[in-house]
Amino acid sequence: MYATDSLRIHSIESFGTHDGPGIRLVVFTQGCHFRCLYCANPDTWDLHQGSEISIDEIVRMAVAQKSFFGKKGGVTISGGEPTLQRLALLSLFKKLHAEGINAALDSNGKILNDEVKALLKETDYLLLDVKHINDEWHHLLTSVSNQSVLEVAAYREQTGKAMWLRYVLVPGYSDQEEYLHQLGEHFKHYKSIEKIEIQPYHQLGVHKWEALGKTYELAHVQPPNQECIDKTKNIFKMYFKEVVVN
Amino acid sequence: MEVITKTKAFTKGLWNSRIDVRNFIQTNLTPYEGDSSFLTGPTEATQQLWAICLEAMAYERANNGVVDIDTETISTITSHQAGYIEKSLEKIVGLQTDALLKRAMKPYGGVRIVEGAVKEKGLEMAERVKEIFNYTKDHNSGVFDAYDPEILNYRKQGVLTGLPDNYARGRIIGDYRRLALYGIDQLIEAKKADKLAINGEMTEHKIRLREEVSMQIKALEDIRTLGEMYGLQLNRPAENAQEAIQWVYMAYLAATKEQDGAAMSLGNVSAFIDIYIERDLQAGLLTEQEAQELIDHFVMKLRMIRHLRPGAYDQIFAGDPTWVTEAIGGQLTDGRTKVTKTAFRFLQTLYNLGASPEPNLTVLWSQALPEGFKNFCAKVSLDTSSIQYENDDLMRECRGTDDYGIACCVSHQEIGKRIQFFGARTNLAKTLLLAINEGKDEKDGTPILKNIPALQGEFLDYTQVMANFKLAMQQVAEVYARAMNIIHYCHDKYYYEKAQLAFIDTDPGIDIAYGAAGISIIADSLSAIRYAKVKPIRNEKGIAIDYQIEGEYPMFGNDNDKVDSLAQEVTQFFIETLKQHKTYKNANSTLSLLTITSNVMYGKMTGNTPDGRKAGEPFAPGANPMHGRDVNGAIASLNSVAKLDYRYALDGISNTMSLVPKSLGNNRNVQTENLVALLDGYFAKKAHHLNVNVLNRDMLMDAYENPEKYPQLTIRVSGYAVNFIRLTKAHQLEVITRTFHECM
Repeated sequence: MYATDSLRIHSIESFGTHDGPGIRLVVFTQGCHFRCLYCANPDTWDLHQGSEISIDEIVRMAVAQKSFFGKKGGVTISGGEPTLQRLALLSLFKKLHAEGINAALDSNGKILNDEVKALLKETDYLLLDVKHINDEWHHLLTSVSNQSVLEVAAYREQTGKAMWLRYVLVPGYSDQEEYLHQLGEHFKHYKSIEKIEIQPYHQLGVHKWEALGKTYELAHVQPPNQECIDKTKNIFKMYFKEVVVN
Repeated sequence: MEVITKTKAFTKGLWNSRIDVRNFIQTNLTPYEGDSSFLTGPTEATQQLWAICLEAMAYERANNGVVDIDTETISTITSHQAGYIEKSLEKIVGLQTDALLKRAMKPYGGVRIVEGAVKEKGLEMAERVKEIFNYTKDHNSGVFDAYDPEILNYRKQGVLTGLPDNYARGRIIGDYRRLALYGIDQLIEAKKADKLAINGEMTEHKIRLREEVSMQIKALEDIRTLGEMYGLQLNRPAENAQEAIQWVYMAYLAATKEQDGAAMSLGNVSAFIDIYIERDLQAGLLTEQEAQELIDHFVMKLRMIRHLRPGAYDQIFAGDPTWVTEAIGGQLTDGRTKVTKTAFRFLQTLYNLGASPEPNLTVLWSQALPEGFKNFCAKVSLDTSSIQYENDDLMRECRGTDDYGIACCVSHQEIGKRIQFFGARTNLAKTLLLAINEGKDEKDGTPILKNIPALQGEFLDYTQVMANFKLAMQQVAEVYARAMNIIHYCHDKYYYEKAQLAFIDTDPGIDIAYGAAGISIIADSLSAIRYAKVKPIRNEKGIAIDYQIEGEYPMFGNDNDKVDSLAQEVTQFFIETLKQHKTYKNANSTLSLLTITSNVMYGKMTGNTPDGRKAGEPFAPGANPMHGRDVNGAIASLNSVAKLDYRYALDGISNTMSLVPKSLGNNRNVQTENLVALLDGYFAKKAHHLNVNVLNRDMLMDAYENPEKYPQLTIRVSGYAVNFIRLTKAHQLEVITRTFHECM
């Protein structure tokens, strides 16, 4: 159902420094099945919007900026939810590897099937968004269950390949101490997790909701203060070797 | 040529038997591969002196930009008695006049301009000085006696602008190190030998050369006198680090007392000075703190250099710049690094004395630079936005030397071997409009170019426009070359840089530096015409005063070959056209894609362009993509500019990038690491130059509103740095509205 030689994308950032190691070409794909209340890019939800770009064009762009990648940088596919276009991505990642360029995948972990497993095998860094450790809260925040997310994490752990967890910190929704500890307990023995990134909730995407005629339900929620961020950081530090605030 | 000292003797080499500073550096350099941890802060004397300077600069700002002017004296090497900031504290001495920031008159570029500049400050040039020019002539009068009506028309209509025809051309870099290594006596001896060797049948070239060398010898004698005023024995070589720096500075100071060139670079002195410092450190004659203090005091003096400028000068060179450009780092052709501890010490002045536009510190970036130095440079950029970068690997490869400085903003110049004839620039965007309008000015209909065919059809046709544009560029090149030859002939005749040329080989090679502004407007306009449909809206006289664009087209700054190749093609065509013309003194023609701050003025002088830019809107600076059109982020933008081939623009391709700190990463270490990767990446693509600003827009807005809070806020513009609050409000706004690369 999806093309294998092209991607439907929202936009491209050639100078990404917040989605994986080093300087990265970040491709934001179009389409997502989550409906996160705080989504900063609701314009990436609709599978049919955005524009089409060939895999070869992305490879060309990556090669053109390879000299900027240094020892660490590479390409990151973010979204939207990239795994919706897993077949094209598999082909893209193989081509990137043939060019000596590493590939990172920023995913919400909604899908885990053989095709996604094949893609993960070609993924050098999995940036996995864990929205909440508690399934009911996860439902509330994203409209779907966290079951598959935890399965993707467990699968990644089995393969032994690098994974970064990403955690959006929303006051009143995902800053409860007991759940932060629970998340830490759940993952503390994972060897594949190199770091966890706290992404403080922000309201920079609110205007997009308005433009799309959607109601932004978190209008009353303020970004976390320093105290809240520090508290979360300190809790995570008990379980993870590296905690950063993005 | 023995250098007699109590310390270890220098390693001998070719430099002992001829004037050859490069060889001295090659044989005596101590490359430094470590990090910045050895550096020290300012001494108490440094802090006290700098406090006096800060106070003087605050007064200068409050007093209409000038502390004082000596209206009685024509400035020469020996015209003023010794001046000090605070004599008892100064390790390195010498001011241009007898008082701090007091400006001097150098009227040989154009006496009327100087007279006007004095008047603007509420003062009057002494009658005695005016009287002198009843009997002598200045550069400006010479040029205008020789100009033809066509050049005058191009100038008036803003096709050629900023030409150094009423001010000093600058751009010549003396090898000021020679004074320290050899002393006046040996330099005079060498020049006398050169003069003797200019013999046989007297051609015009030889006669001029003999006269020039004689003037250089006179300048060297004057510099000896200048030294005596400060109690310095400049007749002999420097014997220690303090003297080496002092001697270098005296040679430079002499140049700035005689000349007020738009840009008067210092060259590439840090590795040279380091040899003396290293020797004194080894001998226990100097501590690190004292070594840093010497550099701090030297740099402080360089920050106090001033020239007397008219207000109108601000249009092309905003912020009262002096371009004391010092090139730092780079690699030697033998593979060793030229980075020394003194390269670090120069950058450290930005901490010890705070951020500053001058001296214009330029890091010569090589992939092979030591990691410790790369990291320190990135840190300094993050903290101060005061330094620029140029591609050492590229310039060594294309220009064939490892001993070069940067003339003015971005231009390569071999030290002591070659000089440059500065040529400001032509407005290439306006040239395109002339091509569309049968050679008539788009604003007032004045005929400028001849025989440009009328365009056919409702929409602009790419093939027709390109053909016309090439015709237009050919005519502009012809007139431009004529103007340049006249200017430099007259400058040599009426305002010869004897103090600088005294420190340069006799009969040096010359580059004549043409310039072009508006390359990104050209690329986007041609792209729109080729890939979308552009309909000109013509007025009753048939002149296209606006354009309607239908459809999409690729824009410069997004790493798209379709449009980037247009910028490449035009650049190559223009330099090849320029090269077809004869040059004064057989100079080699080069081209820059650089605007300085004149991108604002060019914008005002240029009507609507086919890329959708509105009349009056500023051009992008240098070779930058137009604001807001580089939508795929910083790397794609850099990649587009990197495609402009340095071989076709040997005078330099300026690119200015503004980043908010967060866009480089989450914390200082990551930001440093990513900035190093970014510089490595850009220069690996054979790009030439990059200004790096790491700033928040909010801070600039605040500085715009509350200048008094930011006395030292420094930002990079096209090829140099300026004190933000000394820019005009229009320039400040232009900087604020530029593309800032942020992150999603």
